[in-house]
Amino acid sequence: MAVRYKSVETRYMEERDRLMRAMPRLDRRAFLKVAAAAAGTVLAKGLLPPHTFQLVSVAEAAPDKTAAMAGSTGSGPFTFAYISDSHLYERTLNQRFVRAITKAVDDVNALDPQPDFVLYGGDLAQLGRPAELKMGAEILKAVKAPVKMMVGEHDWFYDMGEQWQDLFGPPNYSFDWKGVHVVVLMSVHEKDFWTPRGMTPAQRMQTVAGLDNAVQSRFEVGDDERKWLADDLSKVAHTTPLIVFSHSPLYKYYRNWNFWTDDAEEVQALLKAFSNVTVIHGHTHQMLFNQIDNISFYGMLSTAWPWPYAPEGLPPLTIQMNRVDPFDQFDGCGDGRNNVSAAGLVDSIYNLWDRNPVTVSANYLRSQGREAGPPAPQFASY
Amino acid sequence: MTSKRVGLLFAAGSAIAVAAIAAFPIALRAQQAPAPQHPAATGDDGDVVVTLCDGKTNVPVKGLKPGEQMSHERALAFTRGIMADWQRKHPGEHWEMAQAESPSGAQPAAAASPAAASGPAIQQGDTYASFHERDYMVWQAETQKFVDFGNKVFHSDKLLGSTIGVSCDMCHPNAANTHPESYPKYQVQLQRVALLRDMIDWCIENPVKGVALKPDDERLRALEAYILAQRRGVPLSYGKH
Repeated sequence: MAVRYKSVETRYMEERDRLMRAMPRLDRRAFLKVAAAAAGTVLAKGLLPPHTFQLVSVAEAAPDKTAAMAGSTGSGPFTFAYISDSHLYERTLNQRFVRAITKAVDDVNALDPQPDFVLYGGDLAQLGRPAELKMGAEILKAVKAPVKMMVGEHDWFYDMGEQWQDLFGPPNYSFDWKGVHVVVLMSVHEKDFWTPRGMTPAQRMQTVAGLDNAVQSRFEVGDDERKWLADDLSKVAHTTPLIVFSHSPLYKYYRNWNFWTDDAEEVQALLKAFSNVTVIHGHTHQMLFNQIDNISFYGMLSTAWPWPYAPEGLPPLTIQMNRVDPFDQFDGCGDGRNNVSAAGLVDSIYNLWDRNPVTVSANYLRSQGREAGPPAPQFASY
Repeated sequence: MTSKRVGLLFAAGSAIAVAAIAAFPIALRAQQAPAPQHPAATGDDGDVVVTLCDGKTNVPVKGLKPGEQMSHERALAFTRGIMADWQRKHPGEHWEMAQAESPSGAQPAAAASPAAASGPAIQQGDTYASFHERDYMVWQAETQKFVDFGNKVFHSDKLLGSTIGVSCDMCHPNAANTHPESYPKYQVQLQRVALLRDMIDWCIENPVKGVALKPDDERLRALEAYILAQRRGVPLSYGKH
């Protein structure tokens, strides 16, 4: 074990500093050489950093800007970004989480080209209070691209979604975008555990807020919403690519931490007939991905804090992110971008703050790991 | 003796005398009210009635009058009898008994005699040989209470003293990723070799944004207890990174 300790991010920042410091001393010819070399390195590493250096432009068709406003019926590749799991307390209590979500908003606004839309992945508030939700809504107004909202359990269980629906509309809905059918689910319903215990709304919310709290029920989509989903999908051709946004993972990862959807099998059965399905989910606060039959799953990063990897149930295809530095508020956190190809396959770019970004491709998942995947961690969890 | 001292003694003596005289009527009154008595309860025939420890079952001892003493053997037979009765009436219910009081077990002293022992002789008479099942149960309960308090602190931003609403379980559900078995080790964030408690205090100061707990703070000790309790069975490997 080396005596000198340098984290990956420290090394990355040092390399970048060296490059930046060398720049002013170059003459024009040398500058062009360096620029070309850097572009080559970026291409070779397969990195598409969204905002650090823009030396490489992504060779894709530019998104149709007018269609972006009204939903799109065209076709072709597109990009959407996400911000998720911000867990906001009121500003007077906690500035840290506010600073983190505004950092994500800045990231997304700096993307060039701009994404077609930005998904908010759920858990905007920490304790579901109206003040927290309203503050979150205000902060998200600064996002330039259109924002599609998705609800998490921290938003819901104080007032059972009253304030959320007031601010953001129905918790589950669907829309079509450039040939892809997109479904936004409310997948964090829970069977009533609070009435038999005589809990107040605040107690109910506090219980749900505890990840390892064995009192709460497991997440589910529920019978009613599965009926809605079946009905919604009945109007969609099986060759149409599907993207499902969900807060809970829609598969069974780790029951104790509610990294779990109780009716996952039933939901997956509804998606089985479609040739190309991608689920983008929140709640797990970590780099996480999986492939079950025809469905690719990508977990979103949180802006607020990272969860550790569960002691069991980790999908074999997941390459863990390297150990998190507790000294750095932003380490293990971030936001992300998803590139949707013309065929509707989704690659996910994890924009990990203070680290190199990581790209996970649909090819890696759909080939069950035979195609090249993202780099391995130096310290996996134990 | 100086006259001053004599004077003091006289004053003290008279004070005591006055107090005694003043108390005398009180003492008299106390003698008039009977001292608390604890007579044995008696049944219809005047026999002594024994109440089982459930507080409800009352069984008369035939022929035993208040003030009389039973022989040890008779008392044992009687108590075993009423216990057996109770167990017949409550099938499937388990009445926890200390080892020394179990109907089948002999007294520890009796077990020492070679004649009574059925297996190899066990050492007796020292501290640890004198503890019973009930003692272990009590110790376990006390330890669990302490670990449960640690659990409570671990999950409470208020008890931790966080100024930003952050509690340990936010990054460490079920104390995951705490690795108590890897301490002592060089902890880069502290720039020195750390014990688990040093890392706990560092986390309280930094991500939790509270005030570091003092070494003898019940909360710090309880947090350590809770974290260690979650890693039962994991081999110790200090220095592991």
